[in-house]
Amino acid sequence: MRFVGLRLAWPLALLAVAYSTAGYAQDIGAAARRGGLEAKLEYCKTCHGLSGQGYLGYFPMPRLAGQQPQYIEAQLRAFIERRRTNPIMFNVAHVLSPSMLTALATHFRGLNPKPFGGAPRGSIALGKRIYEEGLPESNVPACSACHGTEGKGQNEIPRLAGQVYAYTVGQLTGWNKNRGQGSAVDTSAIMAPTAHNLTRSQVEAVAAYVSYLQ
Amino acid sequence: MKRIGLRIAILAIIASTGPAWAGDGQSAGVRNCTWCHGTSGQGYMVAPRLAGQRAQYIESQLRSYHEHTRDNPFSTQYMWGAVAALGPREARDLAIYFATIVPKAANDGDRNLMARGRAIYLDGIPEANIVSCYACHGPNAEGVRDIPRLGGLAYFYVKGRLEQWGQGYHSGVESPMPLAASHLGPNEIEALASYLSFVK
Repeated sequence: MRFVGLRLAWPLALLAVAYSTAGYAQDIGAAARRGGLEAKLEYCKTCHGLSGQGYLGYFPMPRLAGQQPQYIEAQLRAFIERRRTNPIMFNVAHVLSPSMLTALATHFRGLNPKPFGGAPRGSIALGKRIYEEGLPESNVPACSACHGTEGKGQNEIPRLAGQVYAYTVGQLTGWNKNRGQGSAVDTSAIMAPTAHNLTRSQVEAVAAYVSYLQ
Repeated sequence: MKRIGLRIAILAIIASTGPAWAGDGQSAGVRNCTWCHGTSGQGYMVAPRLAGQRAQYIESQLRSYHEHTRDNPFSTQYMWGAVAALGPREARDLAIYFATIVPKAANDGDRNLMARGRAIYLDGIPEANIVSCYACHGPNAEGVRDIPRLGGLAYFYVKGRLEQWGQGYHSGVESPMPLAASHLGPNEIEALASYLSFVK
């Protein structure tokens, strides 16, 4: 009786192992098929807009289209190293290989969809003035001095043209909380005093102005 | 035959009461919904909970049925006919009415899958290009604007919807959901639907 039981038990155990490893191999296979640049780009665009134009979820998702590759790379590294605090983007970024990171950044550079839109238009004129001339009385330099007259940015300085309004407002009003933890290794600290010196309504004006720049 | 009968019944009810309802709990407009969605809009069988759903979402879905953009089987069978005579004004009033009812949780998923579902909801599975649900639907699956509340929806409803996106059915225009759901496997869908059914 005992022998019979054992004799039966072995094939059963083997079968069980075979089944479980087959399932495992299938999972890995599926994940690998979904890998690659194309799949990763779709993954990014699920949240950042199907053309990278940005999106409003529970949180505003910034426009990546036309963004400076160096800026994207620097920010993804900042998420990974937790110099920029964002629970979602840490998870997203920490699985990216350095070559994938570069490939993604380069891809978004080449996209040029229309701005996401939707910003209030009431204070665009004020926003344009702040963007082009700054607010000397409040120690706010002209944004255009670094971000360019058309808001295209350069190198590590981000493009602002067409950026999602709610995103820009959120970043500028919460700069010290979300950004600038990496002052020793990146340029984000430059923005801290400027963000601090802008009032909420001035932030909204600038954010609205740049959101419509093409 | 049965289906045709039901459709005629729904149409008859709508046709007879169409413009008369006033937007309160007693109105015929609301009764036309609660007929299937439960007396206090808490959902019943395949008809999802409307109570506590985002008003903008309900409105956008009613528009999608009207324009025949939301095309999954139950939508084409029931909702296309049900909203045929519904104007934008009435749709908005109904949406606001149901949004203000406090939702209950379905609690009908597999409790053993809750932790797994919650992890996928919050973090996604970046290695498999599965996005975080939390980024759009909020930390407590409460939704925002026209992004729906998912918390407390019935297991079979969420499971069905996630499967249908993967199969190529549509909801609204420019919804990221077909893309988001296309990477989910059956195990992940079961875990998510289970977790969400318990979220209050």
